Amino acid sequence: MKSSYIPMTREQQEAMLAAVGVNSMEELFSAIPEELKLKKDLNIPDPLSEHELNKQMLTLVEQNFDSSWNLCFLGAGIYDHFIPSAVKHITSRQEFYTAYTPYQPEISQGILQSIFEYQTMISELTGMDAANASLYDGATALYEAALLAARYTDRKEVLVARSVNPEYRKVLYSGLKYSGITIKEIEFLNGTAQDKKSGTLDSGLLQAAINENTAAIVVQSPNFFGIIEDIKTISQKAKAADALLIAVCDPISLGILESPGALGADIAVGEAQPLGNPMNFGGPLLGYFAVKSPYIRRMPGRIAGQTTDSEGRRGFVLTLQAREQHIRREKATSNICTNQALCALTATVYLSLMGKKGLKEVARQCINKSDYAYKALLETGQADGVFDAPFFREFVVKPKISPERLNNELLSESIIGGYDLSKDYPELEGCWLVAVTEKRTRTEIDLFVRKVSKICQGGIFI
Amino acid sequence: MIRDERLIFEKSVAGRIGFSLPENDVPEVDLAKTFGEGVLRDSEPEIPEVSEVDVIRHYTNLSKRNYGVDSGFYPLGSCTMKYNPKINEDIAAMDGFSRMHPLQNPLSAQGSLEILYRMDKLLSEILGMERVTLQPAAGAQGEMTGLMIIKAYHISRNDEKRVKIIVPDSSHGTNPASAALAGFEVVHIPSDEKGCVDIASLETILDDTVAGLMLTNPNTLGLFEEDILKISEMVHKCGGLLYYDGANMNAIMGIARPGDMGFDIAHVNLNKTFSTPHGGGGPGSGPIGVVKELVPFLPVPIIEKRDDYYVFDYDKPLSIGKVKSFYGNFSVVLKAFCYIMMMGSEGLKSASQAAVLNANYIRKKLEDVYDIPYNRICMHEFVLSAQRQAKNGVTALDIAKNLLDEGYHPPTIYFPLIVHEALMIEPTETESPETLDAFINTMRRLAGQAETDPEKLKNAPKTTYVSRLDEVKAARTPVLRWRP
Amino acid sequence: MGTGKTLYYSKDHEWIWVDGNLAYIGITDYAQDSLGSIVYVETPKPGKAISKGQVLGVVESVKAAADVFSPISGTVLEVNDDLEDNPGLINESPYENHIAVISLDDPDELSQLMNQQQYEEYIKGV
Repeated sequence: MKSSYIPMTREQQEAMLAAVGVNSMEELFSAIPEELKLKKDLNIPDPLSEHELNKQMLTLVEQNFDSSWNLCFLGAGIYDHFIPSAVKHITSRQEFYTAYTPYQPEISQGILQSIFEYQTMISELTGMDAANASLYDGATALYEAALLAARYTDRKEVLVARSVNPEYRKVLYSGLKYSGITIKEIEFLNGTAQDKKSGTLDSGLLQAAINENTAAIVVQSPNFFGIIEDIKTISQKAKAADALLIAVCDPISLGILESPGALGADIAVGEAQPLGNPMNFGGPLLGYFAVKSPYIRRMPGRIAGQTTDSEGRRGFVLTLQAREQHIRREKATSNICTNQALCALTATVYLSLMGKKGLKEVARQCINKSDYAYKALLETGQADGVFDAPFFREFVVKPKISPERLNNELLSESIIGGYDLSKDYPELEGCWLVAVTEKRTRTEIDLFVRKVSKICQGGIFI
Repeated sequence: MIRDERLIFEKSVAGRIGFSLPENDVPEVDLAKTFGEGVLRDSEPEIPEVSEVDVIRHYTNLSKRNYGVDSGFYPLGSCTMKYNPKINEDIAAMDGFSRMHPLQNPLSAQGSLEILYRMDKLLSEILGMERVTLQPAAGAQGEMTGLMIIKAYHISRNDEKRVKIIVPDSSHGTNPASAALAGFEVVHIPSDEKGCVDIASLETILDDTVAGLMLTNPNTLGLFEEDILKISEMVHKCGGLLYYDGANMNAIMGIARPGDMGFDIAHVNLNKTFSTPHGGGGPGSGPIGVVKELVPFLPVPIIEKRDDYYVFDYDKPLSIGKVKSFYGNFSVVLKAFCYIMMMGSEGLKSASQAAVLNANYIRKKLEDVYDIPYNRICMHEFVLSAQRQAKNGVTALDIAKNLLDEGYHPPTIYFPLIVHEALMIEPTETESPETLDAFINTMRRLAGQAETDPEKLKNAPKTTYVSRLDEVKAARTPVLRWRP
Repeated sequence: MGTGKTLYYSKDHEWIWVDGNLAYIGITDYAQDSLGSIVYVETPKPGKAISKGQVLGVVESVKAAADVFSPISGTVLEVNDDLEDNPGLINESPYENHIAVISLDDPDELSQLMNQQQYEEYIKGV
């Protein structure tokens, strides 16, 4: 065997074939009909040595403009936050990253306890009674939440704020397409000076849309435009209609903003990538899923629980498994099997390092710096405000030139610009969603604002 | 080892910090004034206050209570716990890959797009399919995506009466679960005495309400479905599609291809067959390949090459949409890409051959002391039954727990459901004959003890950090979080 | 088997005890024994109309879950709340701990069920 990952030698192979009682390797595959056997090599490149692979990958990576040398002002659901060094030192321990799902609890206490700690942290942040061990991403977590709500209420319509991340809504649409559950989108208030509410869900339209078939209301806060929604009022409307309130919340923001649980949400879901996970070109991400107690046994995915061993010592196991596909098969709450365990461990280590104070500080700096950038952009006169409700980390402006052109020009200045909203919101043609995390310094923000201003004025002079 | 059972929360000391952030260098926003009533948190979340060294020690100690592939032999059937090459981790961790934003201009992400594009081609070739989507985050999500494509395909042909998906009784639980989520009715078919799909039963079920059949080949007993061409013909003749659950693809890389067997859709688990680590439960990646006729239904975006540039193509009117945000678990795809690049065609074929030989070697060396319900040449895994041992009171669970004391991760137990006291053994190709011999000796010794001194096997494990845990208590009165 | 009361049995291992218009439904000793330690019982909402053969509830153990099918048609009048805190009661005494009480809408349906002797014969063959 030629690969360094296959220890069996030629001599050993012969001896093992003899032990099995076959004459050749081919005989081992005799169950495969002859006409199905591949008669040629696969048409894939010749094998590379480790050194050659490294070299090839370096040429590929050079074509990427990553955020280590390009200033990132792009968010829209995925954020460039600071990641402490200690995080990867834990997550690259083989005992964690090369392990399977903890089916054998006696030799999996490490990952099981870390899941229990993760569940606790997510519950604390969201103000919920329990959380699961993770889902693929925020978008699929929302899909699972909508399913839970429809099954729990035995109703068939989900009302979704149009200010929910468009990527999430796309996943929700395709996921629910054949489920018999329909989606109705609720507009946001557009145009400035609506009593500091523009950019938030139109509660009049929401009220009109609620009916006896409403399973859940889905609201995101901070919403896709970075704006804080009034979860409390919306959850009261849900409650009055016996519908569930599903809140999509950013976990960093929950260092400062009131938890969805305290505001009356029944289910909180979202993207926990900002908690120490790299952006990874969009994957892996980390979907979190937390609920109030009535819905615990209806949660999708793995759940770790505390128990005792035969000597009375504290230990952890995967629990409430009768909900899951390997037991309940077609009646399972979800089909999920493999989740995002290592990303959840990452979030747990990140939150442990940041602590109460650190998380709050990150959230505060996001508020301060995005506010600073917003005001500075408006001051140049080259960008207009679009909404007037308070925002977190991210805001919408309308620059004098198209976001597409602006982003292209910025890229040549090693700046990754904001998100072009025209793609998803025709009524926001020319609007630009800009994210500013704690990583951006005042100097960097000033530089960004200067470049934007100059590009908008028709030229860039370095 | 010092026994420290405390949770990270129980190590918290008010005022201690573990973070290092730059000072805020812009004007402070007046939070109360800006956000007004009821928006800010009333009480702080109970996140621990610990130092960096506390965190490192805490999680390092936790890691010592865990067992990975690098710790030792991990013959967990159906999970393909092969060695995870280190170079792949290093490459995926490069800033140039890990610090890319999914929404940045594709022209500034040509390296990442090229990998996605080439991976589509590589997997298409390995599976014998026309195109591959890398979007599904795991095998189960690949299944769901495939089933949605089956649904969309029938609907596009105005053939909406096809509401049934057939799965064998030996199938993975994800198969029926995914089918139900995609809006199908699930019909189980029994296995025949050889452990394969019962053709006669299949015949009676097939009609114009069948949308498709899901099959793992080799199946969960580790046996190749020899009648696959006949099955494929039967399903297609009645107008259904054939879905390949690629969980067991490690048996046939470079040897046979799902596309050639007649499958219309096939998923692969990069976190099994293509060596990416399982991460203690994830992340995985479950790309699916489809035949030409189904390409229009794939999730968007598809990556195309136009004028020397790689682009995202969202213009697919028949597409089922998006099943996950962005383009899938990119860094997992990247690791699998590196693996395929290092293995080449010959390497992949050798891997499957060695995996199959290893499984048969163990099977042969254990067949006289354990029952093997379908005992013939197997593929990359096989299923033992501890029925004989159970008569003396030693169950598959007891054997598994004793293996823990011997330093092994046990095989998958009690699956597939059609075998009593099942122990499903999958050694993979990355284990040496010396490792296999040691494991075989242990298994034989346990079988012997089950005869002579069964009581002794009832209390394992004794050497692990905790002994057997009370799962009934955990489920009856769930404690799912720490409370201050 | 049984507790001295006259019970009817279904092939899915449910028992019924009829008291006037009320039908008490639980699972048999055989069913609880095959499931093992029961950890949770999902009960129906009172007021729910249920037809014969429909799922009335779910009984879960650590490694298995079994649907409880209603052997007769009727309306759910009451559920056994004791099971919420103590699902193991079904293991301890399956015939003393019903899952739900439903109205007996069609007494003729009882004739399609087994008596104790028939059920004992039936489980021998399972």
